[in-house]
Amino acid sequence: MSQGKPPDGTPDSQWPLWEVFIQPQYGAPHEHCGSVHAVDAEQALLNARDVYARRNEGMNLWVVPSSAIVGSTPEDVGPFFDPANDKAYRHPQFYKVPRGVKVF
Amino acid sequence: MLPLFLLNLADDRLILGHRLSEWCGHGPILEEDIALANIALDLIGQANLLLELAGAVEGRGRSADALAYFREAVEFRNALIMELPRGDFAFTVARQFLVAVHGMLHLEKLQSSTHADLAGIAAKALKETRYHARHSADWMLKLGDGTPESHRRVQEAVDELWRYTGELFEMDDAERALVAEGIATDREALREPWRAEVSRVLQAATLQVPDDGFMQRGGREGRHTEHLGHLLAEMQIVARSYPGAEW
Repeated sequence: MSQGKPPDGTPDSQWPLWEVFIQPQYGAPHEHCGSVHAVDAEQALLNARDVYARRNEGMNLWVVPSSAIVGSTPEDVGPFFDPANDKAYRHPQFYKVPRGVKVF
Repeated sequence: MLPLFLLNLADDRLILGHRLSEWCGHGPILEEDIALANIALDLIGQANLLLELAGAVEGRGRSADALAYFREAVEFRNALIMELPRGDFAFTVARQFLVAVHGMLHLEKLQSSTHADLAGIAAKALKETRYHARHSADWMLKLGDGTPESHRRVQEAVDELWRYTGELFEMDDAERALVAEGIATDREALREPWRAEVSRVLQAATLQVPDDGFMQRGGREGRHTEHLGHLLAEMQIVARSYPGAEW
């Protein structure tokens, strides 16, 4: 957990970080809702339950070691996302919905 | 008979819930602080339902608040283990574990009570208590099988608490009569499954299961330790200073 480590090389006093994903209802995708500290998977799951599922928020929880997540960097913004700007035809509203198809 | 039995169940949860709430803001890490407060609120919520039912069954017009805030220490029926000071984190974890395993086994039986309201409360409380048992068992493993200091502290806690566990399986004649009616359940029959589950976790946590020796008792008859009076003073002061206040 590099972001929690003091710069002077002293050991990180925090437990490992886990990202928490919650499924609001059956069939829905899991959504990222935050993170917890925990020493192992069982404790991460229990902590996630206590911190993020106290108010009937969901049906299922995932916890993932934060170190296992690979993210894009701010420098990636241009090459990753700019090319999409002038390609509006990729949006579905360019296509007519045939009559008889129920729009929802 | 039934109101007193309901008070046994309610007071165990009210007093333990209040004790546990003392950790609020003092937990070892943020996540555990929230977890302990959640469990405290579960227990106080269970106590609220049971006190309401006790007041209704008693039929003297006493509300849950009246029963929680306007009884004296000698009128409380909780087991002594609930009122002991919170101690260190190992003591708190060990007490929650020993009590939650018992609560789980007890509620599993009470959810088929012939008294429908009690059965409903038990079914709801059982879900919460299963989580309390899982949460505290996880900590027993981590402390017992952790550092030499955490091992020593949690073993000392278990050894100290053991003599207060006998009371959890006690029944008076009134409760036995309720068992005969199918309202209550035989607490004596919970002893072996409790010992089996507690021993399983203690052994996995590299902890010694204490021998049964002298057992403290008296809470069910209102004979409490000195600690209950101090707890009640803090718990009851606002309600007694402003009787009838609503917030």
